[in-house]
Parts: sequence; C-alpha cells; structure tokens
Amino acid sequence: MTTDTKRNFKVVGTRPNRPDGVDKVTGRAMYGADATAPGMLWGKVLRSPHPHAEIVSIDTSEAMKLPGVQAVVTGADFGDPESLFVSDVQEHCMAKDRVYYDGHAVAAVAATSASTAAKALKLIKIVYKPLPHVTDVDAAFAHGAPVIMHHRAFEILPPGTSANATNFCEFGHGDLHEGFAKADLIVERSFRTAATHQGYIEPNACLASYSSDGRADLWCCTQGHYHVRDLCAQIMGMEAAQLRVTASEIGGGFGGKTSIYVEPVALMLSKKSGRPVKMVMSREEVFRATGPTISSSMDVKIGMTKDGRMTAGQAVIRASGGAWPSGTMEMGAQAAFACYDMPAVKTIGWNVLTNRPKESAYRAPGAPTAIFGVESVIDEMSQKLGLDPLEVRILNAADAGTLSSYGPTFNQIGLKATLEAAKNHPHYKAPLGPNQARGLSCGFWFNFGGNTSVSLAVNTDGTVNITEGNPDIGGSRASIGMMAAEELGIPFADVRTIIGDTASIGHNDTTDGSRVTFAVGLATIRAARDAIQKMCHRAAQIWDIDPDAVEWEDGAAKPSGPNAGQFPPMTIKEIAANAFRTGGPIAGHHEVNADGAGVSFGVHIADVEVDPETAHTLIKRYTVFQDAGKAVHPSYVEGQMQGGAVQGIGWALNEEYIYGADGRLQNAGFLDYRIPVASDLPMIDAVILEIPNPGHPYGVRGVGETGIVPPLAAVANAVTRAVGTRMTDLPISPPKIMAAKAAAGK
Amino acid sequence: MSTIHVSTTINGAPTDFVCEHDETLLDVLRNRIGLTGSKEGCSSGDCGACSVTVNGRLVCSCLVLGAEAQDAEVHTIEGMADGPTLHPLQKAFIEHAALQCGFCTPGILVAAEALLKEKPEPTDEEVRYWLAGNLCRCTGYDKIVRAVQAAAAEMRGV
Amino acid sequence: MRYVAATTAEEASALLAAETGLAKVLGGGTDILVQMRAGMVEPALLVDIKKIPGLREIKSEAGGFRIGAGVSGAELMRHSAFATTWPGALEGFNLIGSTQVQGRATMAGNLCNASPAGDAVPGLVAAGATVRIQGPKGQRDCPIEDVPVSPGKTSLAKGEFITSIFLPAKPARTGDAYLRFIPRTEMDIAVASAGVCLTFDASGTCTAARVALGAVAPTVIVAHDAAKTLIGTKVDAAALDALQAAATALARPISDKRGTADYRRETVGVLARRAAQIAKTRAGA
Repeated sequence: MTTDTKRNFKVVGTRPNRPDGVDKVTGRAMYGADATAPGMLWGKVLRSPHPHAEIVSIDTSEAMKLPGVQAVVTGADFGDPESLFVSDVQEHCMAKDRVYYDGHAVAAVAATSASTAAKALKLIKIVYKPLPHVTDVDAAFAHGAPVIMHHRAFEILPPGTSANATNFCEFGHGDLHEGFAKADLIVERSFRTAATHQGYIEPNACLASYSSDGRADLWCCTQGHYHVRDLCAQIMGMEAAQLRVTASEIGGGFGGKTSIYVEPVALMLSKKSGRPVKMVMSREEVFRATGPTISSSMDVKIGMTKDGRMTAGQAVIRASGGAWPSGTMEMGAQAAFACYDMPAVKTIGWNVLTNRPKESAYRAPGAPTAIFGVESVIDEMSQKLGLDPLEVRILNAADAGTLSSYGPTFNQIGLKATLEAAKNHPHYKAPLGPNQARGLSCGFWFNFGGNTSVSLAVNTDGTVNITEGNPDIGGSRASIGMMAAEELGIPFADVRTIIGDTASIGHNDTTDGSRVTFAVGLATIRAARDAIQKMCHRAAQIWDIDPDAVEWEDGAAKPSGPNAGQFPPMTIKEIAANAFRTGGPIAGHHEVNADGAGVSFGVHIADVEVDPETAHTLIKRYTVFQDAGKAVHPSYVEGQMQGGAVQGIGWALNEEYIYGADGRLQNAGFLDYRIPVASDLPMIDAVILEIPNPGHPYGVRGVGETGIVPPLAAVANAVTRAVGTRMTDLPISPPKIMAAKAAAGK
Repeated sequence: MSTIHVSTTINGAPTDFVCEHDETLLDVLRNRIGLTGSKEGCSSGDCGACSVTVNGRLVCSCLVLGAEAQDAEVHTIEGMADGPTLHPLQKAFIEHAALQCGFCTPGILVAAEALLKEKPEPTDEEVRYWLAGNLCRCTGYDKIVRAVQAAAAEMRGV
Repeated sequence: MRYVAATTAEEASALLAAETGLAKVLGGGTDILVQMRAGMVEPALLVDIKKIPGLREIKSEAGGFRIGAGVSGAELMRHSAFATTWPGALEGFNLIGSTQVQGRATMAGNLCNASPAGDAVPGLVAAGATVRIQGPKGQRDCPIEDVPVSPGKTSLAKGEFITSIFLPAKPARTGDAYLRFIPRTEMDIAVASAGVCLTFDASGTCTAARVALGAVAPTVIVAHDAAKTLIGTKVDAAALDALQAAATALARPISDKRGTADYRRETVGVLARRAAQIAKTRAGA
C-alpha cells in the first residue's frame, strides 16, 4: 500500500467539534444504565465471600417466595459451552460447583424493584466448603501451593513449581551466552507489579430482553458488541442472528469492557421471567468481579558495554491473570525488549493461576509491567556507567530493519525520532529543585488491525452517513467522519457517523488494540473510494463518456483530461440528486481483515519531588512524546497520550489490588483503590510525532495504548534517583519508599 | 408507610415524587424523574459523577436522600443549558476536547459551574482541588482544567 | 427503614430513644448513607436533625464559637471569624472528602463516625473543644476526646445525639494547626495525622500546648507527654525534635491497607513537628 504522505490534508489534522459532544455535555447521551424497557425488572447478583470454596448447596426457595421476585438464576441454569474459552467466561460470570475468588457470582435475582432484588439475595442460602486459597503470584507458582485447577497445568512444569502454571511462552534470538560475555556490566534485578483495575467510571450495565419466540435484544456498555453477541449466543445456546446487541455510549473501558459479566445473567433472568431485565453493577462489584490486569513478578538481566551498548537481555515474567488461564504475559514477553536492537535476547513468560477475578485487557496488556522491568535496569546501568540515560536509549533504539525481540523485522518506525524529540525538548534540560529528580522510559505497543465492516451511504442531498460497528470511547465518530470527509472532499459537517448494532452491519472486532482509527479509518477510506467509483460511473453515464475517463477531486467528478470531454465538475450533491435516475441509491462499503497496523513507540519524561521525611511523591512535570503516524484529530490524540500517561502514573504510585490473608479484596472502592485525582497532577505536555505508517492510506498508527507503557518506569526511575535507592515493587507507595530508604541506610 | 411523598423544585420546575425512605436523590432523579444525566459511578461520594446542587450547594446526589429534597431547589446537568444555548462551560468542554467517554462530564460540569459562581477567576490549582472529587479516567484532567479556564475567561468577558 | 425529619432536639432524642431497632442520626449523611449502601448498617430509623432550629447555625458564645451539628464544611469555611480564629480546627474538618462531601459533611458526624482517622477530630481535641449532647434526660456537655471510645463506637447513650460543638475563646498568642498524611493530594483517609495548639507568653515561651495524634491508635491520642516537650521552650529546633520523638513513641498504630505501622510511627512524628511549627507561626511567636 502506498501512503499518501505528501497529501495536502484538508480535514485530517484539524480539530472540529465531536459530533456526540452536545449529547455528552447535556446529559442526554445514553450509557449502559440509562435505558429502560416496559415491564422492566431489576437484576442483582449474589457473590461469594470466599476466595476458594466448593458450593455444597444453594437454596433459593425463600427468595422466590418474596413478593416481587420474578426469577432466580444459578449456575445450574447454564449449559456447558463447547469452547473452553467460552466455558471459562461463563464460569466467571456464574459459578457452577466451585467459587474461585472473593466476589465470584453464585446466584442472581430479578425483581420488580432494585430494593426487592437486594432483599431477595439475602434469602438465598448457600453452603460452602472452604478450600485453601492463594492470591500471590509467586506463592501460587511455588511447589506446594494450593492448586486452583489441576487439569489446566502447562504440559511441562519446571522443577519446584506448582500445577497453577498454565501458560508458557518464549521469544528471542541470538546467543545470550556470547552476548553476556561481551558485556562490561551485567545487572540482574527482580521486580513486582500489583494488579490494577481499568477504573472506568461507568460501572458495567445492561438491559436484556429475551422473547418467548427465542429472539433477544441486549443493550450494554461494551467495547465490542459483536464479541458480546458471540459469547452470549454460545452461552445461551442461541443462533447469533437471534441475538441483537446494541452498544450504548460507553463510560470508559480501557480494555476492561472487552468481556462480559452480567450480560448472560441478565439474558437468563429475562428468559426465565419473560420480562426485560436491567442489571447495573455496583462499584464494589466492578472491583471484585470484573477483570483487573495481571499481577506480576519478573527477573530482568541485561549486559552492556561501558559505552552503553546492550549486548544481551533476558527477562522471565511470572504473571497471574486470576483463576483462569491467561495469555497476557505473552504480550509482555514480546514487548519487554521491543524498543531495542538486541544482538541477543530471550524472554520467557509464565501464567499462574491465583484466586482472583479473571483478568481482562487493560491498555497495552502485558507491556507496561514487562517494560517497567527492562527500563528500570537500563536506567540503573546508565547510572552505574555514568551515562546519559537518554543517549543510552538512542544508542540501542530499534529502527527500520531491526530484527525485533519478538520476531518480525521492523519497517518504518518512529522510536529514534521520538527519542531525539525528547532529547531536544526544553523539559529534558530544565533545572530541578531540591528533592526532585527526573526519570524517563520508552514504551511500545504492537497495535491491532482486524476485522472491520463499514458502510457509507450517499444521501439524496449529497451528505453522507457512515455506519460502523465500533463503540466510540474517545472521539472515534469524529476521526472516522473526518477521514470520510477527507477522502470524499466534502466538509466534515456533511458527514454523520453512527455505531450500528450487530444486526445492522457486518462483523467488527472489538474496540481494542488501538485498532479503531487505523482499521475502521482504513475501511472507511476504502468505502469512500467505493462510493467515489460509483459516483464517477454515474457522472460518466450522465456525460455519456467512458467511466475510466472520470476522476474525483474536491468532492466532485470531473473528466480526467481534455480528451475525456468538456464538462464542468459534477459535485457529489448533483450526482446524489440524480441518483434515482441513474441507477438508484449510491453507497460504498468495505469489509477487511486489516493488516499493517504499524507499531507505536513513545518516550516519557517525568519529574518528581519526594518529601524526604514522609516519602510523599508529587509529579512536578510530565512530557509525553509519541509517534501517531498521522494525527487525525490532534486534540483526541493528545487526549489519549495524556490519559494513558496518567493511568500509568497511578499504577506507578498508588493503584493496587490489596488482598488480605483471608483471600478477600480489601479495597473494592474508589476510596482505597486510589486513582489519580485532578490535584495530584501537573499539565501533561503531549508532543505528537508523525512518522507515517506505510500500512494506512494516510499513515495513521493507533495511539491509544502506548501512553500507559512508559510511566511505570519513568516515575520509578525518577523516584529512585530522588531517594537514592532503586524502587522495584509497584506501586511505589510511601511506606515502601520509607522502608527501602531504611534498608539502604538512607 | 413504605414511601414518602416529596415536593421539590428540579431545574426550576416544581416537581413531586414518591420514593422509598432510604432511596437516594440520585436514584430518584434517574429512576423516578427520568433525569439520567446524573451518573452513578460509585455511590460512596468518591467519584462525583452524580454531582448536583441542592439549594445552591454542590453535593453528591448519591449522598442525599430523596426525602431530604423536600422544599429544596435541585439543579442537575439537564438544567445547565439555557434551552438550545449551551452554557459556556458546556461549549468549552466540546471545543477543548475535555471529554473522551463523557461519563464523568455531567458531574464535572455541574461542579465547575459551582466553582465559577464562587470564584470567577480561579487558579489552575484551585480548579484542580475543587474538582478533586470528580474522577476522570480518560483525560488525565489536562484538557478539563484548560476548558474550565477558557469558560471562566469567556464568562468574565475576557 | 423510616426517615423522619425532627423539628426539635427533644423530638429527635425521643425518636432515637423509642426506636427498638437500630436508630441513627442523619446529619450530612456522608458516612451513614455510604455504610447503608454497602450493607454495613441497616438502621430501622434515620432521624434527620438538620431541620431542628439552630442546628445549622454558627454562633458566637463566650468569646468562642458554637457550631450547630448540622453545619457543613462548606458553610463553616465561609465563616471568616471562625476561619481566622481556629484555622487548624477548620482545616482538619475541611480536609474531609471532596468539595461535594464538604457540601454536606459535619464535624459532629465525623466525630460520631468514630474512625481513628477522622480528620476533624485531632484539631478539635487540640483546640480544647467540647460537645453539647441532647438526650432523653436533657443536655450535657463533654470534651471532644471522650466521645469516640473505639473504632465505630461512641460514648453516647441510647437517645443521645450531639447538637453542637463548642470551641472556646482563643487565648492571646495562641495558634493551632492540623496536618495529615495521605498518599494522594485529596480524597484519601488519613494514614497519620496531628493537631497541635500552642500558647506563648510575651517572651515567646510556650506556656500551654495540646497535641492530638490521629490514625495511630484506636482513638485519637491526646498526647500529653508530647505536648510537655514544648511547654517552657521557645519551640525551637531542639524542642521540635523532642516533640517528634515523643509523638513517634506515643503512637500505637497498626499495619493495614493504608499504611504500615512503622510508616505511621515515623510520619506522625514528622507531622506533629510540622504542625507545631505552623501553630507557632500562627501564634505570632
């Protein structure tokens, strides 16, 4: 594919108001919990207080007798899906014979009011037989740990490990032995990172309506309604065509709304009661029972020459994605050294089961924690060798032609340019105050493409409607509409983009992997080209000339040259007005499994100030540099960079899942699960670089995820330099800093 | 007596409702009055998505009982625009891309309006501390602070 | 559950006393409504005291201030005479929660929630505040520090509730301050805290001191031994060091999700020292 980098963009790169803006500032936008239906019931879930237990019996008879209760559902109401993946998802939504974590759903009730449903839950009698539990990743990996699921162990387990190890992966190239032999300095360090939650402000919610004729409608807040349909249809034993899923507006997801939680439960309650059922999770339920990210423990070893060239790198990652197998550590193992041109590199990943909720994707899943370890060791080696940490990264940076640490050879990439931009930015040379220090880190994310369908209708007045199938989490209606306007040569105001339901357009993969602006944008441009081709035909028909002699420019068809004929350009409005007389309605569409997403790199600089007595850490200045390929709507690109950075800052400093010795989650609320608040932060400066992605007609790269990757190490490296001892355990809470200083005698 | 009858004023309109004794004002607004612009993010006063004013005072409607609204003046996001004319804050939030998912936006707008009524020319730090109880997970707050300041400037006629 | 808005203190007390199930007072509601929602408490009766005449008023009395139990943080912070007289006591109260929470939260509620980490309490203890309690048998007054007896429990008898908090006249050359540690900058529960109130004579020698330590014991510690390190000194560096050491020594913290015992011990000393420095400056000494 050729990228039109010299193109003189008219719409792309501008900052128009987003089309869903007014609805979202007036309270009119409809989110997951905002829909109602006639005769609607309220559903609520009863959850396990045990981290691991056998369900001996469930007695729902008293609950059913409560006036207003219309249906009760337990695991016995669900079948056994053929697919192991779907079976795992179903079991996470509703336990069958065992509970695997504190908060695991064991029963649900639908009643005429939310308060009646809540009362009914208290009447359900469950007898549990508690089993030994384990919530820590290292403890779960060790021989002798309580085994959570025996039949899921990886085929070959290393000596001294437990059957909780379920997934294994290995990546790399080159001769490690030789690489380390060439090093002047070798540093080996271990790191730990806590599980964090996506922390979207909108709790998961849905409204399910199952009809007695076997059809169903589901309204829910999700990043991927096609995926919801596929999962729920299999769980409910339905054909996909009979389940229509509509994505509501979505109040944040960050990967956390790529799976299902209450949706199949609501469908089953609706099926049993014969009435629509609405379910809204409480914040406590969101924390206890929807997917946080992995918790991890890792060992990193790097060899470096005295002038800063890495000779070899190795990382062993042990991650836990909760009580079910998870492959997230694979993405971490691939990403760990992806920023660097490594002569020899090897990364190994293990997933370990723990009594925690099933992990869900969280912005660049696997990458932030793995890169935290690698970037921390690089920083330490720069300090030990007396080298500028930014120069060390420039020296080792991957570039076009580099064999990546995970296999592919990079084509055009932007890491070196991003590092140079950071080096030349005033922030990097700005003076620091007392108790302040500066840290930096690189970051990487693969970016996804994937299956995408877009339909573009030319209305009779020459305006355009686009139907796409990816929920708009952060302004994608705007960026998709802008690319259509750009390609068609019409004003952005003439385009309206809607998100279709699962019955209105072909399959679309979930809004994940930073894929939407890339893949839906690509499909939209091609759908526009399809419509353009058809409009050129209509013009040719009217002019009675060869269609090949018509070209499209500035929103109009025109003869391609003097030989084609002497006709003034025919605008999209004229062609549209004549559509019914020239063959009927005009539409373009495109379906693709988009390839060539183009990796994205970022560099972050963090200045921190650490109170020498209380270890309180404040972010004083923060700058993000990231390659966007081409920024379609720069404000929303900056927004992704800023938002990702702040989530990463939260991960670095304060956010963590805290489990007690009893295996129960201790901080299932925004009071003690401490996400950054406005007063914690400075402005987050965002510097967009545009190194075009050859895989997209406008050069677009996904930008959503890379931003959360560097902050973990950037902040940790800054705090380390401020306090004089290396911080290796996230979050870097004040007690940990104080303890580390005491241990180091500082 | 399972429910209470409450007479109140919501966005200037006299409004009567019945609610359960332990029902929050947020649940009343959303489920009985149909004003779903106020959002439930936590129900513990930690996220601010349900921000409204009661008798001019900024509060979390999840921490107020519906019964307490008797004789009160309640103001929600639905009453912020003047008919079809957006409030300067609403306009600024769109123009400055101060929302991504938009879920926290109604609460932040109501809170910011209360701030600017009291402090027409706040510092960035004052904006940040005033809004510390309004969690936003998408934006990192940068564009929110800028939008509030832009609206404040417009309202001051600068 | 029953909600009743009482119109007199006597009526509220009678309602609370007569209820056979759990009866709770509804002031600002920022604790009780959260606890109800979480299923931690299930009261049979909630008595709203905010419609009782006088309970939302701030009155001058005997050179000090009587603050009605229904007065919110947002209301008190706008009372300029109080704010300039007892800035430390006010700051502690105003640190609770968000702007929205301040729109409802009350000092009396924070006190009766009886959390070891309540931000309003150490500052009030240091200022020597008292509470007025209405009960079935009439009114009584008692010192702030005698209200909480253990986490979540108060010394109030059935039918009793707080109608006002009284901060006495501030002696000359007196300053107060409150500091807490939280990991973020807002919205957290104190990990450790210290309220300090100091009085100086004309020569700049400290003649009276009260130090209260929060979140480092089941209830606020009235740290007499720490206060003694300052009395008779100029609250100079050596005295402040002694205060810090004494506060650390007096702390009896636990380790929990918000911080380790070691961390709390160290930090409470730092906070006591820093608060004393502020109090000294405010006293004009």
